Amino acid sequence: MAEPQSSVLDTGRQNACAAKDYLLYGLRAYGKLGLGLSIVLIMSLAALLAPFLAQYPPNELHLEHILEAPSADFLLGTDRLGRDVFSRLLYGGRVSLWVGFVAVGISISIGTCLGLVGGYFRGLVDEVIMRFVDVMLCFPSFFLILAVIAFWEPDLTNIMLVIGLTSWMGVTRLVRAETLSLRERDFVAQARLCGSSTRFILFCHILRNAMAPVLISATLGVAGAILIESSLSFLGLGVQPPEASWGNMLMDGKNVIETAPWLSLYPGLAILITVLGYNVLGESLRDLFDPRLKHRLF
Amino acid sequence: MARFPHSALLWRIFGKALWIVTVLFGITIISFLVIHLAPGSPTDMEVTLNPLAGEAARARLEAVYGLDKSLGEQYLDWLVRLLHFDFGNSMSADARPVMEKILERLPLTVSMNVISLFLTLLFAIPAGIISACRQNSWLDHALTIFVFLGFAMPSFWLALLLMSFFGIDLKLLPISGLTSMGYEHFTSWEKFLDLARHLTLPIMVYTVGSLAGMSRYMRSCMLEVLRQDYMLTARAKGLSNYQVIVHHGLRNALLPVITLLGLSVPGLIGGSVIIESVFALPGLGNLFYSAVMARDYTMIMGNLVLGSVLTLLGNLLADVGYGLADPRIRQRAGGANG
Repeated sequence: MAEPQSSVLDTGRQNACAAKDYLLYGLRAYGKLGLGLSIVLIMSLAALLAPFLAQYPPNELHLEHILEAPSADFLLGTDRLGRDVFSRLLYGGRVSLWVGFVAVGISISIGTCLGLVGGYFRGLVDEVIMRFVDVMLCFPSFFLILAVIAFWEPDLTNIMLVIGLTSWMGVTRLVRAETLSLRERDFVAQARLCGSSTRFILFCHILRNAMAPVLISATLGVAGAILIESSLSFLGLGVQPPEASWGNMLMDGKNVIETAPWLSLYPGLAILITVLGYNVLGESLRDLFDPRLKHRLF
Repeated sequence: MARFPHSALLWRIFGKALWIVTVLFGITIISFLVIHLAPGSPTDMEVTLNPLAGEAARARLEAVYGLDKSLGEQYLDWLVRLLHFDFGNSMSADARPVMEKILERLPLTVSMNVISLFLTLLFAIPAGIISACRQNSWLDHALTIFVFLGFAMPSFWLALLLMSFFGIDLKLLPISGLTSMGYEHFTSWEKFLDLARHLTLPIMVYTVGSLAGMSRYMRSCMLEVLRQDYMLTARAKGLSNYQVIVHHGLRNALLPVITLLGLSVPGLIGGSVIIESVFALPGLGNLFYSAVMARDYTMIMGNLVLGSVLTLLGNLLADVGYGLADPRIRQRAGGANG
């Protein structure tokens, strides 16, 4: 399933493209990068600075202000226990980002190592790894995650582990494909001649050259992990109350959707914007770094 | 190769069959291990929550479920029963066969998915073509924005928004369940209408979820095709715009979509858990969710195996469909690479 090679004719036509098109393409890619980066930065800062930005502690009950609509006192209203929705959103953001980063860290590490090993050593090892990938890809991943979460305590560590352990397959395929082509290159042969250890070749020569696609899929992976965590929490199998997470805030909101619709509005909006930010960032990185698109830009 | 013109094809089929068997074996191993290596036991629910049940009761239950045997023996037992399509009995109170319970839930989930896939293609194909042919027009930009929003939209949130708008504000559509009160007394036309009204919102959520990916994919396939030399030839021959785009472009651009359809199966099955539990629909996803909540071992394993086998089937069908649809592959079917 090799990517279609661009023919000589193709490249010629693209080189002949007007300079205006390059400029437009570049502007658009950098515009997307800016948009994605700013969303990601704002959301991360809001989560990091939660203790300073929040008006109230996230779990403080205001029993005289139950289910109040947004006001100056409670910027985004209060939930059915009188907790400030804005403060809980900020703290929920911490959970989402933390889960996103750790889960992606796990899946990227597993995926990169397996992909490097499979692509570099080929043969039986590669065969076993790729069959394992095939098998894992056959599971509807949300089914698998739910099945595991059902038996292990649904606390933060387990959620991150499970999400990470069920989402490494794409990275493995990606890194393996890159490794397969990189291992044939002269600089790898040179490194081998110089007596570099296999580990050094794998991580310092091959991985470094395959870093861009890994980074892109990591960025998109954060978005995916945040969505999965919020779905789990929404089903009551993720972050457990009273700890705030966007997913379980929506679960709470669902029960009072007729009387207090704002409870089901803002957490969803927070998820949407954050995920959008990581997706836009990932896409713009792809536009900028994908070697197959590069000639359009420079 | 010359003497046995079909030998390469036979080898390919053999290789594929071997692959299927390996993957199926892997699926059973993982489904089994995921559940049996976890802490806790299926008897926990019945024993620890019941003050009258002691260790003797637990031992008896474990003997009933075969949990007192070694892990290997349990796996082999289960595998042998699987080969007879026997998924065991549910560990919930009704203790009915897992297969029977799954089969009565499957039609709803499958039909919702099929309808939404149909709707998705209905909207995504024209949207993809138009935005590819009019690249960088306002329509194209609007589609891009919709695609990004669609990717980032959590399905349960979309469901909540739709429920509160169509169900609560407009009071147009019911927000949960499959049927209204007094469904049994309806005429068949009323029954159909009632079902349709209940399924409108869930199908909308399904459709929006897959529409984003599909139209994006359609757009990039079409863009790829538009750059090809045969499109230039077709135009040079003086064919009409419609003929160029539909007969020469679309037929080529649709091929990769077949693969995407096959690949979307696991996502649809996984997504059904969320959508069905939000709308309280008695489908496969909801069955799985309640099995997870009740730690119903046999049910969870049965669902895992079935879900992944369905995915495998989807992939294989996509492979075959691709082969049938693409004359280049049909021609090369005997070759090494297809």
